[in-house]
Amino acid sequence: MASENSASPSRLALALKEGVIAALLAALLEFPIIDYQAAANIDNRLVLTSRFGLAMTIVAIVFIARVSIYLYQTRVVARAVVKVKGPSVFAPYVQWINYAGIAALVVFPFVILTLLGSGGALKWVNNYGVQILIYVMLGWGLNIVVGLAGLLDLGYVAFYAVGAYSYALLSTKFGLSFWICLPLAGILAALWGMILGFPVLRLRGDYLAIVTLAFGEIIRTVLINWTDFSNGYAGISSIPHITFFGLPFDDDDHGTFSSFFHIAYSPIHRTIFLYFLILTLALTTNFVTIRLRRLPIGRAWEALREDEIACRSLGINTTTTKLTAFAMGAMFAGFAGSFFAVRQGFVSPESFTFVESSTILAIVVLGGMGSQMGVVLAAILMIGGTEILRELEFLKAIFGKGFDPVQYRMLLFGLAMVLMMIWRPRGIISSRMPSIFLAERKSISGANVSEGHG
Amino acid sequence: MRWQTDPLLVVDHLTMRFGGLTAVNNLSFSVGRKDITALIGPNGAGKTTVFNCVTGFYKPTEGRLALARSGIATSQEVAALTATGKRHAQSAGADLYLLERMPGHEIAREARVARTFQNIRLFSGMTVLENLIVAQHNALMAASGYTVLGLIGAPSFVRRQREAVEVAKSWLERIHLTDRADDPAGELPYGAQRRLEIARAMCIDPVLLCLDEPAAGLNPRESGDLNELLRSIRDEGKTSLFLIEHDMSVVMQISDHVIVLDYGTKIADGDPKSVREDPKVIAAYLGVSDEEELEKVEAELSK
Repeated sequence: MASENSASPSRLALALKEGVIAALLAALLEFPIIDYQAAANIDNRLVLTSRFGLAMTIVAIVFIARVSIYLYQTRVVARAVVKVKGPSVFAPYVQWINYAGIAALVVFPFVILTLLGSGGALKWVNNYGVQILIYVMLGWGLNIVVGLAGLLDLGYVAFYAVGAYSYALLSTKFGLSFWICLPLAGILAALWGMILGFPVLRLRGDYLAIVTLAFGEIIRTVLINWTDFSNGYAGISSIPHITFFGLPFDDDDHGTFSSFFHIAYSPIHRTIFLYFLILTLALTTNFVTIRLRRLPIGRAWEALREDEIACRSLGINTTTTKLTAFAMGAMFAGFAGSFFAVRQGFVSPESFTFVESSTILAIVVLGGMGSQMGVVLAAILMIGGTEILRELEFLKAIFGKGFDPVQYRMLLFGLAMVLMMIWRPRGIISSRMPSIFLAERKSISGANVSEGHG
Repeated sequence: MRWQTDPLLVVDHLTMRFGGLTAVNNLSFSVGRKDITALIGPNGAGKTTVFNCVTGFYKPTEGRLALARSGIATSQEVAALTATGKRHAQSAGADLYLLERMPGHEIAREARVARTFQNIRLFSGMTVLENLIVAQHNALMAASGYTVLGLIGAPSFVRRQREAVEVAKSWLERIHLTDRADDPAGELPYGAQRRLEIARAMCIDPVLLCLDEPAAGLNPRESGDLNELLRSIRDEGKTSLFLIEHDMSVVMQISDHVIVLDYGTKIADGDPKSVREDPKVIAAYLGVSDEEELEKVEAELSK
């Protein structure tokens, strides 16, 4: 077509212009960082080595990348056709996918055990199974606060810490068993959720995020500095291990799990039991959340996310609605925290840094706010992905001995986030399922669903 | 004059100041039970501020808003309740609430005052049906035993929820949206969103429904449908209507009582016919009508 022909040279020119701008910016930025390598020589003097070639190569890469991205993007615009999306091909099978997923999770440790033997299976069940499930559970808990009620919480790890320290302190100081501490940890965390909830009720959006962030740091700082209570940086060690309803998983002939069931002792028993414990806890979280969504309280949370003022005009008490969301989310973090403590046998403030909060939030956002299945996929991607990086030993053969793929975790994570923002800005699963229907349950496109104002 | 003999809401010396700006100044009026009362006035006259005070979104600087949910409250009863510092009094004659002492959600829950908004505020990511179920939150919340009974799926809650769906269905019939019940509210056309917002407000079972410019942006046919809907709500006798409107045809056709505001003060109050002929209303609201009026206004200003 004539118009397209006349448009293409100017498109190329625009692309080149964009490329030059990007290259200049890159040159400006990297000149002090890359062009001059600063090192100290033997006399401890600063030596600057110029790496002009490397700097120029990077500038060239930036230029080419920008030009091709620009051309690619304008090509998409030129062809833009309104895509009418039919219902997802998976839609009729969602129920079966869910059942199959749960069944797969139940048989997972046994399949691994048969395939790899107890030595190899330990790593897989522990690093992949248990680790991912902890984050799935935390993601599901935070999903109540962020995904359903639309309250941006950057200090979620604080409740995880409350749960972990609850079990650690109650078991070491008072000798309470895990099964008593588990509900107590949940209740204590929920209580702290309420305590945080009260002062931040009036805040919205960015302000809420900042205060919750600060709350997370306060809890951590208190744990570090209140040495009499929490033993500071050193943390609390020798926390009692999990028992099989009273039978310890020890290598002993009397009164242990292995002796009771007349099987040979293996450390994998404890890991598998922990796996099923966290699986049960996570599925309970999921089940309760799904039920809550279909109850008045869940609908009020979602309505609160959609429009707080309209909620008030309908007689919904937004104060209690927000507090219950905070408390409910915190409670599940408390459960997960006490599980964390019993699994590690050691807790210290190091485990509850802001990075943890941001990882959990990233799982919720990446998965699609409010989507239960999205959280699972995002947790597998993010936590499983990190673990996979440890497996990539063969890359050392390519990049040299000093290469450690795990170091690139954050870089890959950032790249994944950028790509997500471009392709699926509302997360892996962005549609919302209605909680009740008259004739037909139709999924609601993410474009209609509000993300909340804090 | 029903607003004098059987008032539902009596507004006494209402003043609302925002810093140095007085949006509503010493305003007194009453809203009659089973009436359609219209609050009109030029832009910036303070109409929405009055609404926000009545529905608890603003706390009035001064004044009293006495609502008799049922019965007729005598002035002694109102004075007695004002003196106690409480917000609610139940006597043989009336079930009386002082709205200026209540937060917004309690006004909706206890005193049963519902409202709609100038710029529609639906839960756009939720379906039409969900919007109507959320509106019945307080009744359902109690039925779900504050979530405990609901979580275990108690039959009493299931039954109550089915009733709530029936209420929603009957409203869907009335606003002609039954076949769109499972679509997100945000995808409805504008006129349907207006109707849905009214239906949602009605689901809290209100005694007073406050509508902020319900006919704004509607075409003549939709506007006619709206008049029908509002009349039918009034004729059922359970809900009185109080509306802000710019569309004079709507106001004159359906309202029983018109209050005119200008610069935060009341300039006229009466039935539609007398208000329409009031020279002060013509001057303030519709613009000065002729030379003579203009001179009169100028003379007043130069005094």
